[in-house]
Amino acid sequence: MAEEWNPKIIAIICNWCSYAGADLAGGARMQYPPDIRAVRVMCTGRIDPLFIMKAFQDGADGVLISGCHFGDCHYLEGNYKAAKRMFLVKNILKNIGFDDKRIRMTFVSASEGAKWAGVVEDVVRTVKELGPSPLKQFEK
Amino acid sequence: MAEKKEARIGVFVCHCGTNIAGSIDIEAVKEYARTLPNVVHADDYQYVCSTPGQTMIADAIKEHDLTGTVVAACSPRLHEPTFRMATKVGGLNPFRFEMANIREQNSWVHMHDREGATGKAKDAVRIAVAKASLLEDLIPKSVPVEHAAMVVGGGVAGMQAALDLGNAGIKTYLIERSPTIGGRMSQLDKTFPTLDCSQCILTPKMVDVGRNENIELMTYTEVEEVEGYIGNFEITLRKKARGVLTPEEAEARGIVGGGCNGCGDCVDVCPVIKGNEFEFEMAPRKAIYIYHPQVVPNLYTLDFNTCIKCGLCVEACGDKKAIDLEMVDELIKVKVGTAILATGYDLFPIENKTEWGYKKYENVITGLEFERLICASGPTGGHLVRPSDGETPKKVAFVLCAGSRDNTGVGKPYCSRFCCMYSLKHAHQIIEKIPGAQPYLLYMDIRSFGKMYEEFYYRIQDEGAKFIRGRVANILEDPVTKNLHVFTEDTLLQRPIDLEVDLVVLASAVQPTAGADAVRKLFGVSCSQDGWMLEAHPKLNPCGTTTAGVFLAGVCQGPKDIPDTVAQAEGAASAASIPIHRGEVELEPYFAQCIEEKCAGCGMCVNLCPYSALALVEKDGKKVMEVTEAKCKGCGTCGGFCPGGAIHMQHFTTPQIVAQIDAFLLGGEQ
Repeated sequence: MAEEWNPKIIAIICNWCSYAGADLAGGARMQYPPDIRAVRVMCTGRIDPLFIMKAFQDGADGVLISGCHFGDCHYLEGNYKAAKRMFLVKNILKNIGFDDKRIRMTFVSASEGAKWAGVVEDVVRTVKELGPSPLKQFEK
Repeated sequence: MAEKKEARIGVFVCHCGTNIAGSIDIEAVKEYARTLPNVVHADDYQYVCSTPGQTMIADAIKEHDLTGTVVAACSPRLHEPTFRMATKVGGLNPFRFEMANIREQNSWVHMHDREGATGKAKDAVRIAVAKASLLEDLIPKSVPVEHAAMVVGGGVAGMQAALDLGNAGIKTYLIERSPTIGGRMSQLDKTFPTLDCSQCILTPKMVDVGRNENIELMTYTEVEEVEGYIGNFEITLRKKARGVLTPEEAEARGIVGGGCNGCGDCVDVCPVIKGNEFEFEMAPRKAIYIYHPQVVPNLYTLDFNTCIKCGLCVEACGDKKAIDLEMVDELIKVKVGTAILATGYDLFPIENKTEWGYKKYENVITGLEFERLICASGPTGGHLVRPSDGETPKKVAFVLCAGSRDNTGVGKPYCSRFCCMYSLKHAHQIIEKIPGAQPYLLYMDIRSFGKMYEEFYYRIQDEGAKFIRGRVANILEDPVTKNLHVFTEDTLLQRPIDLEVDLVVLASAVQPTAGADAVRKLFGVSCSQDGWMLEAHPKLNPCGTTTAGVFLAGVCQGPKDIPDTVAQAEGAASAASIPIHRGEVELEPYFAQCIEEKCAGCGMCVNLCPYSALALVEKDGKKVMEVTEAKCKGCGTCGGFCPGGAIHMQHFTTPQIVAQIDAFLLGGEQ
C-alpha cells in the first residue's frame, strides 16, 4: 500500500501571494506532484482554526496553509494573525498525539513560483513519509 | 439574499486548446461533473472564454434554470471577470459563479501525469460545485473617487506622470524626498544613443512641473502613512524641516517680499563644509545648499544634521528673512483617488565585490561618478581626471556587468539593462574629449536592443573602442603609478590578459532605492524576488499593482532605460486617471457582516480588524458588532477568529469553505 497510496492534502492559500505564486509556477511549467487541492481565500487571516480541525476530522493526511511574507500582507497583518493561530492548532494537535508535521504554514509571494513548487514537493514528501492520517482508522 | 431555492449548477470544462486537454481527460471530467450533487448540466468547449463559449454559459443558465455556474479552466486571477460577466448576461447575479483552476495549478504543473491531473481536476470541479451551490447574490458597492492623484518620486518617471495627470486636469501631488526634482537623469551628462545633453532635455520638463498649476510640488517630503482604498486614499506626508521659507510661506508669516529667492548669499558665509551627495561627494557643499543651479524649486535647503546654528546665514539673508533655524518637521494630510509610485534606483554597493577594488583604489569609479566627472556642470567642469593625481587618463577600462548577471551570491542575478549602452556612450565620450584616448570594454555580451542602439554599438566599434569578451577576475593597483592592472580572460582568443589602464569605470548593477521597500509596504504593493515592485501582470498589466488604485512607473518596477521609463510613466498616468475621470469605482462586495443572533458582543473582532472597520454598538438592548462597509476590505481576519461563528464573510462564508473542505475529503471516491 505504501507504494500506491496517494495522500489527501488540502491547501488553503491566500489570493494575493501564494495563489498568485502557484499560478506563476504553472505559467513557468514547473512540475510538482498532483496530491494537493487548493482552496482559495482572500487572506490567510480568514482561516478559522476550525477549518483545519475539520479537514483532519474529514480524514485529511496533511494541511498546508500558505500566505504572504511577513510585512507583505495585502491586508497589512492577516498573515501574522494566521501564523499565531497556527501555534494554537499545532499545540492542540500535539496534545492529542497527532504529528504536527501534518500541518504546515509557509510564506510564498506572488513572484515565487519556484518556491511554491518546492513547498508542494516537500509537503507531499513529508506527508507520504508520515503515512495515512491516524484518524482514518476511526472512520465508519 | 434571494429566496431559498434548490441549487442547480452548470459546469463548463474548458480545453484551452491543448493547454488543458493535453494533460487532462476533459470528457472524463465532464462526465464526472454530471454525477455530482446539484449539477444539472455539464458541457465542454474548446475555449470557454471565447464569445461562443460565453454565450454557451448564458444560454445554459436560461435553458436549465441554473442557480450557479462553475467553469473549470484557467486561474480565476485571469478570467473570473469574463465568466462573471457571462453569468450576468445569462440573468444570474455575477457572484453566483465559481472557478476551478485546472490549468495554472493543474495541467501545466502535471504535464506528464494524465491520470493524476485528471483526478485532481475532478476534485477541483467537485470543490467548486460545493461552493457554487452555496453562493449568494452580492451587489458591488460604488464609492466616489477623489479628484486628485499622488506621484511618489520626482525623477523623470514621476515628473512625466505628474505632468500627464496635471495636464489632464487632475490635481496632482508630486512627492520627492530630496530637495529637488530631477532624479538620476539630472546627474547624467549625455544620453544614449542620440547623445542629447541630459540636463538640456530634462530641465524644460522640470520647469514645466514647477509651473503646472495642477501640480503641487512637495520636495524634501516623504510618505509617512497611507490609509483608505482606491478613490479615497488618505495619505500623511512628512514635510521635513528644510530651514528655508518659500516666498509664499514667508508671506503667510507676515514677511512681506521675503522668502528664498535662490540668491545664494547664505552659502558664501556658511562655515560648514560637507560632501555633496549629488556629486557623489566628489565636490563640497555647505550646510545650506542647492545641488546644482537648475534645481526646481529654486530653494535652498538647510542640512540640520551638520548645521552648527552660527546664524551667519540668517544675517546674510537680511530682510528676506528666509532662514528659520528652529524649523521642525510638519505632518500634512492629503486625500487622493489614485497614486503612482516612481521611486527609482540606487547603484548596487559595488565595493561588496572586493576583487574589483572600488573604494580601495582611488582610480576605480562607478558609471555614475564618470557621468559627473565628464559633465560640464560637474565638479571638474567636464574635464575627466584621475581621482588619484588629477591627470587626464588615456587608457580607460569599462567593466560591464559589474554586479549584474552575477550568481555568486554577492551581486544581482538580473541584467541591469542600461549599463551596456551607457558604457558604449562613455567610450564615445572619452574618444571625443581626450585625444589619443583608448577605451577598453570588458563585457560578457553587449545588449543593444533598443531603437538605434545596435547602430550606436557599430559606431563605437568604428571609432576605435576595443572590446574584450570576458569577465574581469580581479583588479590590482600599482602602488607607485596608481595605474590599475585588470586581470581577465579574452574568451574569444582564449588567453588570459593583464591590461594596464589609467582608470577603471565599473558599470555597476542597479537595485531598488533605499526607502522604496518602506514606501511599497505603506501602499500594500508586493515585490519580486529581487526587490523590485511587483506589477499586477508582467505582460498585460505592467503599470498596475495588486492594490487597486496604485500604479508603478520607471525603474522601481525593474531596470529600464529613459525611453521605457517615460513610456511606462505615461501608461501609469493614463491608468491612474481612469478611475478619477469616471468619478466612481466599484468595490468587490467581500464585506464582513454580523449575524446578530449569534454575536455575543465580545469585541474580539474589533481589535483584529486592521482597518478599524468594526465597532461594537448597542442594538435591542444587547451589544453587537457593526461593520462600516466602506472601510472593510474583505480580508476576513475577523471571521477567522470569531468564537461564536457570528461573522458572515461574504463570498467566503464559513459554510462555503467548510463545504469545499468536505467536498474534497468526503465527497470523492474513497
